[in-house]
Amino acid sequence: MSTDILLDVQNVTRRFGGLVANSDVSVEVRRGEILGLIGPNGAGKSTLFNLIAGAFPPNEGSIRFEGQDIARLSGPARCRLGIARTFQVPRSFDSMSVLDNVMVGAFAKEPGSAAARRVAYETLAFCGLQQRAPAPAGELTPPEKRRLEVARALATKPKLLLLDEVMTGLTPSEARLGVELVRKVRDQGVTVVMVEHVMEIVMPLVDRAVVLNLGKVLAEGKPRDVVRDDAVITAYLGERHRAA
Amino acid sequence: MTDEALNLPPAFGMLPRRRNQLLVAAAVFAAIAVSPFAIKDVYLQNVLVLTLLYAAVSQSWNILGGYCGQISLGHALYFGIGAYATSVLFVTYGIVPWGGMLVGGILSAAIALLLGYPCFRLKGHYFSIATIVIAEIGLLLVHNWDFVGGALGIQWPFGSDSWATLQFARDKVPYIHLALALLAITWFVTFLIEGSRWGYWWRAVKDNPEAAESLGVEIFHSKMAAAAVSAFFTAIGGAFYASFLAYIDPESVMSFRFSLLFALPAVLGGIGTLWGPVVGAAILIPLTEITRSYLGGSGSGIDLIIYGGLIMLVALAKPEGILSLFQGKRQKAEGRS
Ligand SMILES: Nc1ncnc2c1ncn2[C@@H]1O[C@H](COP(=O)(O)OP(=O)(O)OP(=O)(O)O)[C@@H](O)[C@H]1O
Ligand SMILES: [Mg+2]
Repeated sequence: MSTDILLDVQNVTRRFGGLVANSDVSVEVRRGEILGLIGPNGAGKSTLFNLIAGAFPPNEGSIRFEGQDIARLSGPARCRLGIARTFQVPRSFDSMSVLDNVMVGAFAKEPGSAAARRVAYETLAFCGLQQRAPAPAGELTPPEKRRLEVARALATKPKLLLLDEVMTGLTPSEARLGVELVRKVRDQGVTVVMVEHVMEIVMPLVDRAVVLNLGKVLAEGKPRDVVRDDAVITAYLGERHRAA
Repeated sequence: MTDEALNLPPAFGMLPRRRNQLLVAAAVFAAIAVSPFAIKDVYLQNVLVLTLLYAAVSQSWNILGGYCGQISLGHALYFGIGAYATSVLFVTYGIVPWGGMLVGGILSAAIALLLGYPCFRLKGHYFSIATIVIAEIGLLLVHNWDFVGGALGIQWPFGSDSWATLQFARDKVPYIHLALALLAITWFVTFLIEGSRWGYWWRAVKDNPEAAESLGVEIFHSKMAAAAVSAFFTAIGGAFYASFLAYIDPESVMSFRFSLLFALPAVLGGIGTLWGPVVGAAILIPLTEITRSYLGGSGSGIDLIIYGGLIMLVALAKPEGILSLFQGKRQKAEGRS
């Protein structure tokens, strides 16, 4: 069974000064699944992504990817191992074209420009952005920028893709296309972990869900069971429902 | 999916845009190569040599500053290393300037790596300030270093005109061709880099280092590589300048003024572009030479005021440089297609 575990996060803690953004977090990601990571604002979801992708190291705990301890590896090294991520606030290379943005991702595995360009075009087409290939990245609309984030990450040919709120701010029809895209990505054999706020989108899409609250794992399991969990309802859904 | 559905360009060899760049470069450089037939005036030839030299060195500066986004205001140091290595090797040891050029270039690249190690941990303005300080320290050291002539500098011996010693006292045309060759080489190297993985990595580092890291780009290595290439070609420029003047002293190759004059053409013409430094130098250097001959000498500081004014103008009107006036339209047209 352990060979099924692609990513194994064990007892990870990350502090920012006095604030504990991730506290003793343990999460296992199975190969081939779509895992939903949910939780209220400030729960520590993006922090966990940063720890997995290597933006900064954890204060405590271990992170294993395909059995290898990666907790001390740099971000670029983890990218080469097959971990890719998008940013909650899109970070495009605005002086470059959309195609060039994706080529930067493709260069992670393809040293040659012609091959990287081919990969980049294919990835853009896969993400439905090929029409925008020559446009300056800075001119994309916000939904297009999110797609670019996904395309750029996919161009690195990852085994694990971390999607941080890629559906935020999309219209319902755009979100449907987004859901379709995530399914297509998984069908290509890429394991997906996605942070999402909109329950109606995540719950039907994911195989499993992990709920974070105040830096701690609150619940984990089938989406159906997670949304019925009392602790989750009070911490997250209840709060949201009250707010709504 | 077919290639057409993927919206692939017809050929996967060289992109049409890049092929056109090469053709334009060939035409421009060929025109400059034959220009001495039309430009006979020694003063104008002199201005042309300097324009080509600054275009080349600014292109070298652009590799680190424009593509990789690390704004150095201390490139006079590398220029000086090239000039001094060449002069010392030639005057003291009789090694032809061609050898000095190479030694100076390699020495500069090595020093750039050594300095980059601490400096690239600094961000933005702090990095730029560090480069100024280091270059000024270098200037001071040379001033007080008798082996390289101290404050007096180094006078190259008079000899007959020769391609071996790069001395041409009577006819300045060979210098035009030398400077042109230097520009063509730095331009072509930049062209190659721009189309390669390094070029993409460097621009990614400049635009958004966090995103670049997440895509497998080693930020520190990228900056180091850019600095080494940039310093190498800047030193070659310094070597050429020393042979052109046939006399150097610390101020005449290493003063802060040079650091500005290497950065400005790129900033003025279009930072991080292939033609920005060339266009910028073509405007700035003749202007500098004119004010110099009207106002006399470079000590007055008037030229520095003019540079400052130009920079403010560019920053206010067109931060991407003069070239963007033309490129803006074209890119938009491409984006719509
Ligand atoms: N780089 C940082 N420096 C300091 N504090 C940080 C940093 N990153 C996150 N935090 C803090 O850690 C906590 C968790 O933040 P995080 O971004 O991980 O939450 P999140 O679950 O992604 O929230 P959201 O849904 O709003 O995106 C927050 O209180 C945040 O202010
Ligand atoms: Mg977040």
